[in-house]
Amino acid sequence: MALSRISKPLLYLLLIALSLFFLMPIYVMLVTSLKPLDQVTLSDMWKLPTVLDFSSYSTAFEKLLPNLLNSFYLVIPATILSALLGSLNGYVLSKWKFKGSEILFTAILFGMFIPYQSILIPMIQFLRDAGLYNTITGLVFVHVVYGIPITTLMFRNFYASIPDEMIESAMIDGAGFLRIFRYIILPLSITGFVVVAIWQFTNIWNEFLFAVTITTSDQQPIMVALQNLSGSQIVQWNVQMAGALLAALPTLLVYIFLGKYFVKGLLAGSVKG
Amino acid sequence: MEPSITKPETAVMPGVTVRKKKKLTADRLLAISFLLPSIVLIAIFVYGFIGWTGYVSLSNWNTLVPDFSFAGLKNYIFLFQDFRFQADLRNTLIFTILFIAVVAIVGQLLAIFLDQKIRGESIFRNIFFFPMALSFVVTGVVWQWLLNPTTGVNLFLKKFGLESMWYTETNILAGFKLGKIEFGVPVAIIAVVIAAVWQMTGFSLAMYLAGLRAIPEELKEAARMDGASEITIYRKVIIPLLKPITVSVIIIMAHISLKIFDLIYAMTGPGANFVTDVPGVYMFEATFRGNYYANGAAIAIIMLLSVAIFIVPYLISSRKGDA
Repeated sequence: MALSRISKPLLYLLLIALSLFFLMPIYVMLVTSLKPLDQVTLSDMWKLPTVLDFSSYSTAFEKLLPNLLNSFYLVIPATILSALLGSLNGYVLSKWKFKGSEILFTAILFGMFIPYQSILIPMIQFLRDAGLYNTITGLVFVHVVYGIPITTLMFRNFYASIPDEMIESAMIDGAGFLRIFRYIILPLSITGFVVVAIWQFTNIWNEFLFAVTITTSDQQPIMVALQNLSGSQIVQWNVQMAGALLAALPTLLVYIFLGKYFVKGLLAGSVKG
Repeated sequence: MEPSITKPETAVMPGVTVRKKKKLTADRLLAISFLLPSIVLIAIFVYGFIGWTGYVSLSNWNTLVPDFSFAGLKNYIFLFQDFRFQADLRNTLIFTILFIAVVAIVGQLLAIFLDQKIRGESIFRNIFFFPMALSFVVTGVVWQWLLNPTTGVNLFLKKFGLESMWYTETNILAGFKLGKIEFGVPVAIIAVVIAAVWQMTGFSLAMYLAGLRAIPEELKEAARMDGASEITIYRKVIIPLLKPITVSVIIIMAHISLKIFDLIYAMTGPGANFVTDVPGVYMFEATFRGNYYANGAAIAIIMLLSVAIFIVPYLISSRKGDA
């Protein structure tokens, strides 16, 4: 390629420059979080620490541990439940289409685009009445409900690639709705479940609006606690950065080890937030 | 493969849904009954609650005590005459335009760059992708520090004689008086755009890359045989083929940007003179800090309508021919 021969060095230069821009926040987070407080001065922000000091991590960990646990109590059941629900819905909407099912599906999909502000006031009323306000259970419920559109979409698209002939021959053999799901669809769904679970895990872990409005103090998930950390008067930047890294670690690890599936989910849903 | 909600059915043969209906009615009912809970949940918690919010937005409930007496459009009229909400509309408009433009252009360019058989492509790709795994709150916290006027990137920029107040700047570029506000580009918004671009460019990059990979190599080969230069191939063949992706990117980014809340709440808050305020933040503060429920509901409904303008046609058009 003639073009590439001339401009390849330039291309690399551009890509490296952009990479540096993308990595800059991570560098600052790491460097700052490893400094003792007296080295976290404004003018030395970019310098490497002279000594490695992990005390900001222990401080941040101590402060954030209850909230980290809350997030796990929230994310694990919410992810499992919404994946199961999505899988069933996707199965029905791809292999058991009925009159009006396509319109119904579109109507369900709309739910993933709405600004959640537009359902928040009634939702909080409802959770109060149901005794679920300010509980992790309440948050799990909310995430399962509003996870229906995206998980249904992902599974429906996933199951569309399973040939209908398989379903039909199973029917001829006398298998019904549930048997087909159990013995044909589910065993073929592992990738689907991985993609959906990663997607839901990441989104629910990172979610803020529901978390900050539905829970208070000791029930709050990690992102709210992290935000509160910066709300205090004297910001200890090293602790703050350590906290941000701790809060980001679970989803970062998921990305690092299962990034392929993460991107798959992103392309399948094409929606974040 | 088109990375959007149209994707299904690609490889499936047409016309296979014809089934022997008689025998399967019981199963068919069972299938619908399994879908039913989700339908009910969506009907109540999406559509019902939107209706309820709409109802609250037309009420007088602007104190801690619920008051559902009918107020007509009072809350909406209040908002459109309100300095803060006018500033929000300006900020959202400017933010959305800048954010979408940069994310779409940089994402597409990066995808084309990475498609040049670059060495270490997967490393570059991962570097551009990973911020997507982070929360907007984390992004906000980090960029709040990076773009802090007394620290951060200013320490570098100072060496070149440059300095910016970033998100603390209250200046409005190209401003003119409109309604109660100064309309124009609030400089402070640019700081938020930088953070948002950092987080979301990977998203559009991923979509464009998937689009590029779906373009058959023969197409490029054919153009090359016709004597087209690489640049011409991109300009005349590849980039036009990426148009549907651009539409998806724009719509997805638009709906993210119109709803944005956590990034701004964590990074800057409303800002002096509301230079970085957006409806999402205003709604949150009005409702949950000030107990102006009816006002908050009205903001939420306006947000919903602004998103629906993009999403409803997108949904309908991308679901067409999909049955």
